[in-house]
Amino acid sequence: MIFVEDKNLVVPGDVLADDEYHTGRGTFRDGNKICSSLVGLVAVRDKKISVIPLQSKYIPKRGDVVIGEITDIRFSMWNLDINSPYSGFLPASDVFGKEKRDLNKAFDVGDVLFLRVVDVDEVKKVKLGLKGRGLGKFRGGILIYITPTKVPRLIGKKGSMINMIKDETKCDIIVGQNGVVWVKGEPEMERVAEKVINMIEDQAHTSGLTDRVRNMLYELLGKEIEEEKEDVEEEVPEPDIEE
Amino acid sequence: MVNIVPEITRKSITELIKKGERADGRSPNDYRDISLEVGVIEKAEGSARVKMGNTQIMIGIKPQIGEPFADTPNVGVLMTNSELLPMASPTFEPGPPDERSVELARVVDRCLREGEVIDLEKLCIIEGEKVWMIFLDLHVLDYDGNLMDAAVLGSVAALLNTKIPVAKVEEDNVVIDEENSVELPIKEKPLMCTFAKIGGELVIDPSLDEENIMDARISIGMREDGSLCAMQKGGEMPLTNEEIKEAINITSQKTKELREHLK
Amino acid sequence: MKIEAGVLERADGSAYLEIGGNKVLAAVYGPRELHVRRIMRPDMAVIRCRYNMAPFSVGDRKRPGPDRRSVEISKITADALRPAVFLEKFPRSTIDIFIEILEAEGGTRCAGITAASVALADAGIPMRDLVVSCAAGKANGNVVLDLSENEDKEGEADLPVAIMPRSGEITLLQMDGHLTSEEFDKALNLAVEGCKKINEAQKEAIKNRYGEENG
Repeated sequence: MIFVEDKNLVVPGDVLADDEYHTGRGTFRDGNKICSSLVGLVAVRDKKISVIPLQSKYIPKRGDVVIGEITDIRFSMWNLDINSPYSGFLPASDVFGKEKRDLNKAFDVGDVLFLRVVDVDEVKKVKLGLKGRGLGKFRGGILIYITPTKVPRLIGKKGSMINMIKDETKCDIIVGQNGVVWVKGEPEMERVAEKVINMIEDQAHTSGLTDRVRNMLYELLGKEIEEEKEDVEEEVPEPDIEE
Repeated sequence: MVNIVPEITRKSITELIKKGERADGRSPNDYRDISLEVGVIEKAEGSARVKMGNTQIMIGIKPQIGEPFADTPNVGVLMTNSELLPMASPTFEPGPPDERSVELARVVDRCLREGEVIDLEKLCIIEGEKVWMIFLDLHVLDYDGNLMDAAVLGSVAALLNTKIPVAKVEEDNVVIDEENSVELPIKEKPLMCTFAKIGGELVIDPSLDEENIMDARISIGMREDGSLCAMQKGGEMPLTNEEIKEAINITSQKTKELREHLK
Repeated sequence: MKIEAGVLERADGSAYLEIGGNKVLAAVYGPRELHVRRIMRPDMAVIRCRYNMAPFSVGDRKRPGPDRRSVEISKITADALRPAVFLEKFPRSTIDIFIEILEAEGGTRCAGITAASVALADAGIPMRDLVVSCAAGKANGNVVLDLSENEDKEGEADLPVAIMPRSGEITLLQMDGHLTSEEFDKALNLAVEGCKKINEAQKEAIKNRYGEENG
């Protein structure tokens, strides 16, 4: 038996279902009941019940792409703030290979990079890497911080939301899975993108968001925006994260 | 905790300011949204909650009877204390007031004292023995830049809101009449304007991001008649004579606007 | 009684609570990196709590800084909240809870725990249940709920309690005064019932932060 509906807002301790169902993200089993551990929206898929949190810290996972800031330079690595309770390190060998070089000639404290999470161990030490397409140091642009759980909403189904923003503001936009967003374009357009992204973060849990984003872009840019030829589904895309 | 501002952010804010714009859309001489509520704490004889942007400070006034300072036996005492609560910022640690907290309290205190907010002579009860001591406590709840201006504005509002019990002298004893209270005797309403120097330009009411990258800062306390009652320079880089003059000019106009919030 | 969630900008989670003459602000930072290696745990997060009263919160001004009473309340508050939090999910980190009493009128420790619980939920920290707290006591010979400041001063006993409402498990229990066994039972039941009612207000405050339930 299930006691809630898809998209209901629940709080920690709320009883969601009995053990006919399986626990998904944001839930736990208490005896023969499944309860929510978070403030969030219920997501029911077949017999699996999850809660998508409205607020959360980023916990690094292998394979994620993140935006991080260099905070320290050590003997053979850089330390980075990746907007998480856990900081990450980037080994010098990733950049220099086997040669010994001065690390700060490549990246200095305050530099912002687009990186991949290479590995996370049991005590959550995070190893980062730069090998991959599009990874590397950012030049120029602005940074926007959003709640990590809202990244899928910002990206949209098949990138529809973020592409709409990119196309209309003509900005380069890169979204880190850790909730850090990089935007680069004409300064006024950067601010437009920032306003829109902040609005999406504020209202990620509501429906009708795509239309409101389109309207906001229209207002801020003062022009018509072509309607998407295909219908963009209103569904909140479920993040691909294991429990 | 060390707060390292990303190079990208430093550059983008500085470039905007050089063009006369700011990251949150304000002009260089615009304050953020200000809200001011008084009488919010009933147990305090006077109180105010001030918000400047997301910076939020709660101010409480508690009077006590005590001894005057030896060199001013017929005058009441103002004591200003500040707490930068750890909840207000990840950079505030629990513990005794650090240098930022002490600087804030002392600058606010000087501005209020030299600005003669309180008519301290009227707070004398028995000369040389008993005077009213007014304790002003700044409780910083949320830190988003520019504590000084918010603190001064909130303090003046809280003092305007303050009622102290009537104190009578009967046969050499001080008798406090809890049933009756009078308004704290207020003389002046000084206010403060703070500017940050970024990219060679001055911007008023710096946000947290702006404070984190600024080269220098100047705070100016001004009375209603335009005379100066406090100044404090902060930041690692120097300021020029012209910049300070410019700040004083703008303060003259902006304090008038700020004073509207006290009505 | 009034509870509001998400009232501060910088903190990860926050809540404001008014009950009786009490005005309480609670804020949470975390999980975040812990720099004090001495207390760090490799397998779970640690919880640190600081309960503090503003100088202007009481009749006679209170000198700033922790006194022994604040230190004890900080400890029991952390102890009351710890069982509810899934600490194992965040090794090597800390969850910092700050409780500020802006105005006090008896029962501030209970108000603090109740507000802190909402702040933890607001910060997105996974919990088994919300923790909720209130006090029963004995005044004028009667066992009653939620003593006011005066009743506490003149009364015969004070019993602050905190529970996780779904299971009824008790995470805080203190007793100060003099009660018979029967009076204690009665007082405890009263407190638990009171807690369950306050829990409804906690849930509402959290949900109100996000507006109407999503359709």
